Amino acid sequence: MYRYDEFDRRFLDERVAQYRGQVARRLSGQLTEDEFRPLRLMNGLYLQLHAYMLRVSIPYGTLSSDQLRMLAHVARTYDKGYGHFTTRQNIQYNWIKLEESPEILADLATVEMHGIQTSGNSFRNITTDPFAGVTEDEIEDPRPWCEIIRQWSALHPEFSFLPRKFKIAVSAAAKHDRAAVKMHDLGLYLRRNEAGEVGFQVLIGGGLGRTPYLGLALREFLPKRDLLAYLEAALRVYNQYGRRDNIFKARIKILVHALGIEKLREEVEAEFDASSKDGLELPEAAVDAITKQFTPPSYADAAGDDAILQRILAADPLFARWVKNNTHAHKVPGHAIVSISLKPPGRPPGDCSASQMEAIAALADELSFGEIRVTHEQNLVLPHVRKAALHELWLRLAEAGLGSANIGLASDIIACPGLDYCGLATARSIPIAQVLGERLAAREEAIGKLAIKISGCINACGHHHVGHIGILGLDKNGEEFYQITIGGSDDEHAAIGAVAGPAVAAKDVPRAVDRLIDAYLHLRRGDERFPETYRRVGMNPFKEALYAAG
Amino acid sequence: MTENAQKLATGNRLRDGVPVYFAGAGTWSPKVNDAVLVEADAAEALLEEAQTGEKPLPAVGVELIEAVREGKRIVPVTLREKIRAFGPTTPFRIS
Repeated sequence: MYRYDEFDRRFLDERVAQYRGQVARRLSGQLTEDEFRPLRLMNGLYLQLHAYMLRVSIPYGTLSSDQLRMLAHVARTYDKGYGHFTTRQNIQYNWIKLEESPEILADLATVEMHGIQTSGNSFRNITTDPFAGVTEDEIEDPRPWCEIIRQWSALHPEFSFLPRKFKIAVSAAAKHDRAAVKMHDLGLYLRRNEAGEVGFQVLIGGGLGRTPYLGLALREFLPKRDLLAYLEAALRVYNQYGRRDNIFKARIKILVHALGIEKLREEVEAEFDASSKDGLELPEAAVDAITKQFTPPSYADAAGDDAILQRILAADPLFARWVKNNTHAHKVPGHAIVSISLKPPGRPPGDCSASQMEAIAALADELSFGEIRVTHEQNLVLPHVRKAALHELWLRLAEAGLGSANIGLASDIIACPGLDYCGLATARSIPIAQVLGERLAAREEAIGKLAIKISGCINACGHHHVGHIGILGLDKNGEEFYQITIGGSDDEHAAIGAVAGPAVAAKDVPRAVDRLIDAYLHLRRGDERFPETYRRVGMNPFKEALYAAG
Repeated sequence: MTENAQKLATGNRLRDGVPVYFAGAGTWSPKVNDAVLVEADAAEALLEEAQTGEKPLPAVGVELIEAVREGKRIVPVTLREKIRAFGPTTPFRIS
């Protein structure tokens, strides 16, 4: 994992001291709320329905066990004993007091964490594949590139006041996109060119919200050394042409579609040609130095682990189900990547108690080289577990209430905090997720992989546009209604879901989802997944099922 | 405007963000039942009074919302304001 150097540490300490002074001046009345709001937001502190909300950045979703223990400490000491992992691979605390927030940031700084750039019109957390560095299907580990982008983009003076926020995702698996790259303002796929060199395909203009678009290819192959120079060129074009007169039209996706991708490409390439000599070409030594920080751990020889695991699997069907759903192939023999579900059916998706965080941190230390990942599906990952240790891990996770074997299944629902917490929401998300999770859990093995995603407003933090079944909460004359979209996907076959028809009342959502799933089970051929069936048969059969009388 | 609805002033407490309700005479309460409830034609005056006083004001984001009397209770009209007043409908639970 990347560790801060002296510069990073000093900067963060100075930032905490600066923020402490700002809070003191606000509480004494020297600063008005209008003056203070941008200052707190620059440190990740929002004001929501019940309290302040602190969003803590987790760069590319990678945590050490010490960092996770600190997140538990913050939950227990300053919040109500839990945190909420988000679709941005970050964590949010919903019950924060302004007067305690400087102390929280000071505590977080001791483990190299902060809330900087988790708000505002600048770069947000760089996200990536939660299996980065350990999955056998990747070209190379994307995390060094995420870290290089993080260092370049953090407090970049030219790009601290962009027209709107800017999200970058990086994926290294050519065939499997687990980072929802096409839904980002700028997406990077590591790829090889015909000469076998590794570089990036660059996508631009993706995003969800009220105007959902998939990213379009800006550059088919970008040499690694040019990464920052090219990003700088793209951001300069956005900074120059992006709209600032209308917040709803300020994201780069709107610019891309207003100018057209060809014109935008011309502008970016011209800027790149004109400015690529500005010293941004990446020196090999600097790249190597950062890459070394992501050196794989010293794995034990686990050649015999497969046989051990097979014996236990044969004897314990519940464990076998968990292994089937919650583990993924590791590139080192005898090891597995383990996904920890934060979606026990009936619970708020993504919530994790302080005790659970501490339990996971301890398991990470014992069984996964002290490393944890956060997924954009609001789950956690232990990336380096020996197969012989899986049974013990499962038992201990179950003791902590974390043994759900539902990764990728119907009850593994993404949901934003919705109207229960969020000042922007127009309807509740969590209760819908709770009801659906409980209702679908019993038959989710028969249903197979299914992505249900719920947003409490059009800002789409719950990624409803790219759910196989998407659910968007709306306010209709004071009543909660839910618009249902079908056929979305956030993987390598990314697609924006289509609106099925009129929104349904809250009480009717569970039955509506049941009908869609029943239709899918009736229509699917072989092991077709929901979006594949949808692409084959189209909207009508689902629409008919959804709005059937009765 | 909802029939029979009156108005009250609410905001979030500066120091901790807790929803608070203007209770008159420069005081704010975390209990919606303590709120001063007025008819629509007196609402702007209530809002002005709520925002008067020594800086910093105890509440931020002060605004008027609709509420109704239900027996001895004051109940906000919208779901959003009910959730602010009475808490999330989905408290965190651990199995």
